[in-house]
Amino acid sequence: MTAAASDHALEVIGLRKAFGGLAVTQNVSLAIRRGERRLIIGPNGAGKTTLFNQISGDMRPNSGQIKLFGADVTSFASYQRAHLGLSRTYQIITLFSGDTLEHNVTLGLLGLRPSRWQMWRPLSFYGNLATEARRTLDAVGLLHLADHPVSDIAYGEKRRVELAMALAQKPRVLLLDEPLAGLSDTERTTVKSLIGSISRETAVIMIEHDMDTALDLAETVTLLNYGRVIVDGERDIVIADERTREVYLGV
Amino acid sequence: MRWIAAIPLAAVLIALPFFAGDFYINLASQILIAAIFALSLNLLVGYGGMTSLGHASYLGVAAYISALLTSRYGWGHGTAALFSIAGTTAMAAFFGVIALRATGLGFLMITLALSQVLWGLAYRMSNVTNGDNGIAGLTRPMPFGISLDSAASFYWFDLIVASLAFLMMAIFVSSSFGSSLKGVRDQPRRMAALGFNPWMIRWITFIYAGFWGGVAGLLYVYYNKYIHPTSLSTTSSAEALLGVIAGGSGTPGGPVVGAALVLLLKNYASAYIERWNMLLGLVFLFIVLVMPTGIVPGLSKLWRRKSR
Repeated sequence: MTAAASDHALEVIGLRKAFGGLAVTQNVSLAIRRGERRLIIGPNGAGKTTLFNQISGDMRPNSGQIKLFGADVTSFASYQRAHLGLSRTYQIITLFSGDTLEHNVTLGLLGLRPSRWQMWRPLSFYGNLATEARRTLDAVGLLHLADHPVSDIAYGEKRRVELAMALAQKPRVLLLDEPLAGLSDTERTTVKSLIGSISRETAVIMIEHDMDTALDLAETVTLLNYGRVIVDGERDIVIADERTREVYLGV
Repeated sequence: MRWIAAIPLAAVLIALPFFAGDFYINLASQILIAAIFALSLNLLVGYGGMTSLGHASYLGVAAYISALLTSRYGWGHGTAALFSIAGTTAMAAFFGVIALRATGLGFLMITLALSQVLWGLAYRMSNVTNGDNGIAGLTRPMPFGISLDSAASFYWFDLIVASLAFLMMAIFVSSSFGSSLKGVRDQPRRMAALGFNPWMIRWITFIYAGFWGGVAGLLYVYYNKYIHPTSLSTTSSAEALLGVIAGGSGTPGGPVVGAALVLLLKNYASAYIERWNMLLGLVFLFIVLVMPTGIVPGLSKLWRRKSR
């Protein structure tokens, strides 16, 4: 049992969440293996982001359990989950718009290091953080903009900064909330190959509407509708499933 | 370059007692005290995004503790100062736990309520605090046997403490903890997701701000040799907040300029106009309309535009 549990990077067991009378997560259970590539699909309002918010700790479920590498983290705050290797990006961009790209990514690095409590040394004292931040920005193709404030860059570039912040943390579980939304075709290709190149140590769970691109990246797919898991399993089986066509593909 | 520009300013500040009369030296001493107080509030308001309307609590309580210990119980100034600062810092830790249950407007209301409780106590617990009469006849300390009774000697003592306070708070906000603090101000949810503990970061800052508020309170009671419940009042908190916002919150120099402005208006305008608060209100309105981010950021923006 313990061996089986530790095989899973993330487990969600019987999760329920309601806003007043509106049930947004209804008895959702998921099991994601280490290094798995999972795509979560479903129509608008299916409860995908709400599910992410509960996994990351931004929101508390009414009942149910969330486990990271076998450890029950249901009552953990977001920052504690981050230290267990969970990272996420946001659907609505939440960056530090007055700060440079380098500083944004550096904050991602700082968050997991004890030096975030350092009260007399300037951030620039930790040169390795800046170097690491620049390396990550290079990986997402934004090194040339490292010294610009986030408010100066284009939307697609901001999305890539979001991704860079999460990747810099070298997470073991990465939640990507619509990483491709609003990107041009070229950017889409860049981000796609970037997600494809994420280490196999990292389990990636992705919400995405762009099926053409996202399905290529996914091994397994979960279909949500009205807060319930409708179909769950290997990609091709879920896609072929009649209920998927009914709910999502509108056939 | 910016450090070189600070040398003439430092020289003027140090040499002030040689060319200014006692009235102006005393005014400068008061400005320095108000500046430390405003800078400590700026840690919360400007860098932490925690708008407090009860910061006078720390100034007032530190002043009262020192006043009571030295006058009533005959303690020496050294131990009284230590106790006063330690007590005030501990109180900040306790008040922080209560106030940080909320953010934004809720936080503001809790800080206001807590400071009102203290103000009420200072008024009503007259067997301890002497109520509305205040505690008079206090003395100034004599560090290393040097008397601080002359305007100049107190000013220099004040200047040393203020410089130290300015430096320590500047280091604090530019440290990596300072980066954590500013991040939590701008995007608390994101910061939590990145592994930062927003509550703890805010709480530590709250305590640190309380500590420096206490230091300002000690200087305040040394300067005035008198303490009255008004030092704990909402007006006292609000004036400091006004100074921080008018000068430019979240900048190292803004609160100093703002605090000086409020104090000068208070001292000068009150000699000519009875309702000097009205004038302060108008000046504040003017600043907010013309330079919404405050005097220091506003002027430096203007300067940059001109030099371009």
